[in-house]
Amino acid sequence: MGQVIIRDFEIPANDFTVAGEASSTVRKLLVQLGVAPDKIKRTAIAMYEAEINAVIHGHGGKAHVEISGDKITIVISDEGPGIEDLDLAMQEGYSTAPDSIREMGFGAGMGLPNMKKHADELDIRTEKGKGTVVTITVYF
Amino acid sequence: MKISEIAAVLNAEVYTVNHDENADIKSACSADLMSDVMAFSKENALLLTGLVNPQVIRTAEMMDMKAIIFVRGKKPQQAMIELAEEKRIALLATDFPLFEASGRLYQQGIRGHGY
Repeated sequence: MGQVIIRDFEIPANDFTVAGEASSTVRKLLVQLGVAPDKIKRTAIAMYEAEINAVIHGHGGKAHVEISGDKITIVISDEGPGIEDLDLAMQEGYSTAPDSIREMGFGAGMGLPNMKKHADELDIRTEKGKGTVVTITVYF
Repeated sequence: MKISEIAAVLNAEVYTVNHDENADIKSACSADLMSDVMAFSKENALLLTGLVNPQVIRTAEMMDMKAIIFVRGKKPQQAMIELAEEKRIALLATDFPLFEASGRLYQQGIRGHGY
């Protein structure tokens, strides 16, 4: 893996049938590249939670993925309402998701803590009324 | 255990054909909350759940799971079956509730890994 592989995805708003498709595609790519299974799993989980968040909270968004020899960087951005209190949102169990999301098996306040747990680096930039940019890095 | 053996123990219906019948399943995780599956489950090949929607299949995919068993008589919809076929994940459905289904598999030697 000498060169940098770049992929871009659209994340449609409120479409739970395709939510996770971007993460699935990236996961498959990492399998093809021969990345270690535990690293693939951590990447897939962190990206999937971020993708679900963009669908639930961000009115959809975009995913930009860069894979180089030693790491993957995933930038998920949305133009949603932003996160009002990031410290609170990072706590396990805190959620602002509606019941419709809980019925999907999410919205229990585990998304951001899960991303933090599985990513090597997690950077969240958010502004109320403007949107959120989540950057996930996993080293291979 | 093979998927057909699990189906026999749980009197479960198997909805997929394009799965890995030769997979030797040794471990499982039971949960209705997909974020918890991703937070707390480690190397488990089987998911038992009462939640029925496409995100269950996506979660199983991210977790490298080989099979999903829907409990309490819940049945997967056609779109979910197609998604599972594409991902080569087996879909089963049993009338047993979550506790009972988990217990029967535990009796057969299936264990939970990583909690």
